[in-house]
Amino acid sequence: MRYLPLTDQDRKAMLGVIGANSIDDLFVDVPEEARLDGPIAGLPMHASEMAVERHFAGLARQNLAAGDHPFFLGAGAYKHHVPASVDHLIQRGEFLTAYTPYQPEIAQGTLQMLFEFQTQVARLFGCDVANASMYDGSTACWEAIGMAGRVTKRKKALLSSGLHPHYVSVARTMARFTGDTLDTALPSFDGTDIEQLIAAVDGETSCVVVQYPDILGRIEDLSAIAAKCHEHGALLIAVVTEPVALGAIRSPGEMGADIVVGEGQSLGVGLQFGGPYVGLFACKEKFVRQMPGRLCGETVDAEGKRGFVLTLSTREQHIRREKATSNICTNSGLCALAFSIHMSLLGERGLRDLAALNHANAVRATERLTQVPGVGIVNESFFNEFTLKLPVNAREAVHKLAERKILGGVSLGRLYPDDGQLEYGLLVAVTEVVTDEDIETFADALQEILS
Amino acid sequence: MTRYFTDEHEWIEVDGTSATVGITDYAQSQLGDIVFAEVPAVGAKLTKGGDAAVVESVKAASDVYAPVSGTVIEGNDALADDPSLVNSDPEGAGWFFKIELDDASQLDGLMDADAYKAFVEGL
Repeated sequence: MRYLPLTDQDRKAMLGVIGANSIDDLFVDVPEEARLDGPIAGLPMHASEMAVERHFAGLARQNLAAGDHPFFLGAGAYKHHVPASVDHLIQRGEFLTAYTPYQPEIAQGTLQMLFEFQTQVARLFGCDVANASMYDGSTACWEAIGMAGRVTKRKKALLSSGLHPHYVSVARTMARFTGDTLDTALPSFDGTDIEQLIAAVDGETSCVVVQYPDILGRIEDLSAIAAKCHEHGALLIAVVTEPVALGAIRSPGEMGADIVVGEGQSLGVGLQFGGPYVGLFACKEKFVRQMPGRLCGETVDAEGKRGFVLTLSTREQHIRREKATSNICTNSGLCALAFSIHMSLLGERGLRDLAALNHANAVRATERLTQVPGVGIVNESFFNEFTLKLPVNAREAVHKLAERKILGGVSLGRLYPDDGQLEYGLLVAVTEVVTDEDIETFADALQEILS
Repeated sequence: MTRYFTDEHEWIEVDGTSATVGITDYAQSQLGDIVFAEVPAVGAKLTKGGDAAVVESVKAASDVYAPVSGTVIEGNDALADDPSLVNSDPEGAGWFFKIELDDASQLDGLMDADAYKAFVEGL
């Protein structure tokens, strides 16, 4: 039996209804040069399974994999040790196969896990309520800007220059369609823009978006900007790309942030070559009806026993249609589970210890790296990531380090290709997986490159 | 004071140049238990037929439309604490908002109580 049991006549009838002559007519929007006109050039038509495996293993060996070498990359995705028990538990059949159920209450285990996840995120961020997760940090950030627009009925968002440029870019894409105005700027080595932001908030501002710690690793007290926002009826959105930091520094919610979003990858979820990740989203309770995404609630059943439900679904697209708070009606269930299991294994004490370990390693790294002649540090404060100022183009330095099998950070020239000052910046992340030997190897190689 | 009705199941009671707006008993009975109502902010400009307020029940979320154009002069704050007022007294204590009318002639197209009763019976 054919998987798509359509006859040529069926197809013709369907094409007739929509007024198309052929299947190809459906693809006219794809530019000619983007279409494949035959077999891919240079690719053999056949190869054995063994030959393919061998070939691809060879290609894979050309990667400098994160786990194999001294590794100092961060900029929004962090390499932490994920205990083996996390992977073991998330692969239990009950969790691994359970997609968001269409009759959600039948899957109490899934709902309970999401409820626990929400509780952890809300506590970590210092907020009243968190949703069951979003796709990743950047989409969560945009959703927060959209939510601020609904709450304040204003369209102008001020984005801190310390916000990750990829997050800014996602927001820009979305704002093209919603008509929101985004005020953005490039970061500077001469300090954060918090004072400028405070001065810029006015009665037209829907929200201010600040990253904490920011893209260069700097940490600011958010209390004053929160107060200024509230004075003008605007919301403060804080973006946390490294949630482990909150084991050491005050949560944005405690400082008055109205919405706190973030990337949850660094707890429980590996780097995975860039995804899938898990977006975190939390806010003050008074805004919950404007919050996007799924939300699990605790209740009691007819016999008075504790149970869980999907709640406030009237915000969501399947009920609210085009007036829904978001077109995202799902969540990153498996990554959220991994986050939640890792967080449960750590506990509050473990998270604080992990954060302290990260910071201590980073401090050691700054002390050693700034001994390299010509290397300075931009940050006055940092958690586990900081920006070095090199005497040479950092992008080229990163390539030279990679040739020596050291993944020595993310060059700011890669994140901000057109800025003269920033091209000397090297963003270095140091987590608990970095050893003293790694730091030594990195510093020695850097010195060699710069001499 | 005169009370008018819309085919979207809002009622509007006019008193001079201002009016009180709510949803009808029929509307609340169709929605079921109301769990949330959002009323417009004071000073908001409403356009006849445009979105004015939101009402959510255990089974649906609906918009309440402005029966006429005007400026909101008061929202019913009691609904925030007790949205079930819309169920228990939809055409009294469960009112949504009060507006200052832009153009009283917009009332001409609305139904009176008898016409609305007939309209509901025909549904």
